[in-house]
Amino acid sequence: MVHQYKLNGCNMVLDTCSGSVHVVDEVAYDMIEKFQTEPREQIIAEMLQKYGHRPDVTEADLNQCMDDIQSLVDAGKLYTPDTFADKAGTFKARSGNVIKALCLHVAHTCNLNCSYCFASQGKYHGDRALMSFEVGKRALDFLMENSGTRRNLEVDFFGGEPLMNWQVVKDLVAYARSVEQEKGKNFRFTLTTNGVLIDDDVIDFCNKEMSNVVLSLDGRKEIHDATRVDYAGKGSYDKIVPKFQKLVEARGGKGYYMRGTFTHRNPDFTKDVFHMADLGFTELSMEPVVCAPDDPMALTPEDLEIVKEQYEILAKEMLKRQKEGRPFTFYHYMIDLTQGPCIYKRISGCGSGTEYMAVTPWGDLYPCHQFVGEEKYKLGDIWQGVTNDALREEFRSCNAYARPECADCWAKLYCSGGCAANAYHASGSIRGVYGPGCELFKKRIECAIMMKAAQEQL
Amino acid sequence: MERIKTLETRDLCQSAKGCGECQTSCGVANQTCENK
Repeated sequence: MVHQYKLNGCNMVLDTCSGSVHVVDEVAYDMIEKFQTEPREQIIAEMLQKYGHRPDVTEADLNQCMDDIQSLVDAGKLYTPDTFADKAGTFKARSGNVIKALCLHVAHTCNLNCSYCFASQGKYHGDRALMSFEVGKRALDFLMENSGTRRNLEVDFFGGEPLMNWQVVKDLVAYARSVEQEKGKNFRFTLTTNGVLIDDDVIDFCNKEMSNVVLSLDGRKEIHDATRVDYAGKGSYDKIVPKFQKLVEARGGKGYYMRGTFTHRNPDFTKDVFHMADLGFTELSMEPVVCAPDDPMALTPEDLEIVKEQYEILAKEMLKRQKEGRPFTFYHYMIDLTQGPCIYKRISGCGSGTEYMAVTPWGDLYPCHQFVGEEKYKLGDIWQGVTNDALREEFRSCNAYARPECADCWAKLYCSGGCAANAYHASGSIRGVYGPGCELFKKRIECAIMMKAAQEQL
Repeated sequence: MERIKTLETRDLCQSAKGCGECQTSCGVANQTCENK
């Protein structure tokens, strides 16, 4: 399967099943488009008719171009047949019941009252709760016991607001560090915070122990303060931005990213991305809000068209700033063409419900943080392990080939089947399809790969 | 004249020939392989 598109002056050709990326001129672009449906002589005749007025387009040249296209096909870099579909179901089974990552919900409470919070102000539609050290320790033991031969283990401290249970976070990290060598494991800790409780102790500890920190900021002050407010209704921008700047400076500007949410209020979200860049932050992300379609903050079909245009504006501005020597990165535009994920990972997806799980403050297991609070999605607990085997198998069956709607999609080996939680919230099934999410994802991938082509020319 | 430039990419068919040591993702497309 081949996907062709034109963006920012680049003519792009993506070969889905080999992962190959070709940057072509407009003549080759047209020839590749017709290559599988028209005979060679007809293609050359059409190209001569369309481009024959140009001195560089001759019959000999077009024949050479056809030979080049055929060479790419022969080399498995163009129109590569799909040999993965029949094996897709077995790829995920290879890892058995190995678990390699946990999201620890150390605090089901929050000191902010953000109106769009998918976690219902950190309570996940339940009671306020803090994870005890004993539950957290058992969760870490559970992870080590169930990680098989995996050496790299990940633990994300999440909430709610994890800094509201800070001592337990520090104690759990200390416990893991005390046993990881003996167990032959390597823990990678991460933290997601709204920033309100950041102080020197948090900064020092994070810089020593956290591989990455996610800092929640929605961009412009008026946008951020419209939704990210405390329980008195006061915006948090002025309180947290200086703390974030101090933390990022202390980290040497790496191992973090700013994570914002955009809503119907600001589909022109690039203004917020550029605002964060102008504040000195260089690792940036802005994500579309996840909420019910009838929520006043939900993105409308009209918004989605604006957002797609915004992604293009963002890509062009990033290239411009890179040229000017003041680059920043955008989460979804980071793409490693030469050392990206293998086909097993690309087909298997994020691993929610199989190798990645969320742990509630009282030790229950859920497929991921976005399913916590949905009782029917409880997998088990950290003492008895996974007891809902049928649910785990349902998640195991989720892969890039699991949905008939995706059969002809060029992007399926980039999205890996997408987000199960988004699919569930949009369609009621984890094997459903979240259409608007697909549209935005494809636009982001097109932009990211175009940027790779453009960067080669910088 | 050269009308096609092929960027260097990881060959997915070759990659079928899965260590599982990569980070979990929330995205796959934006990841780098741990073992390269």
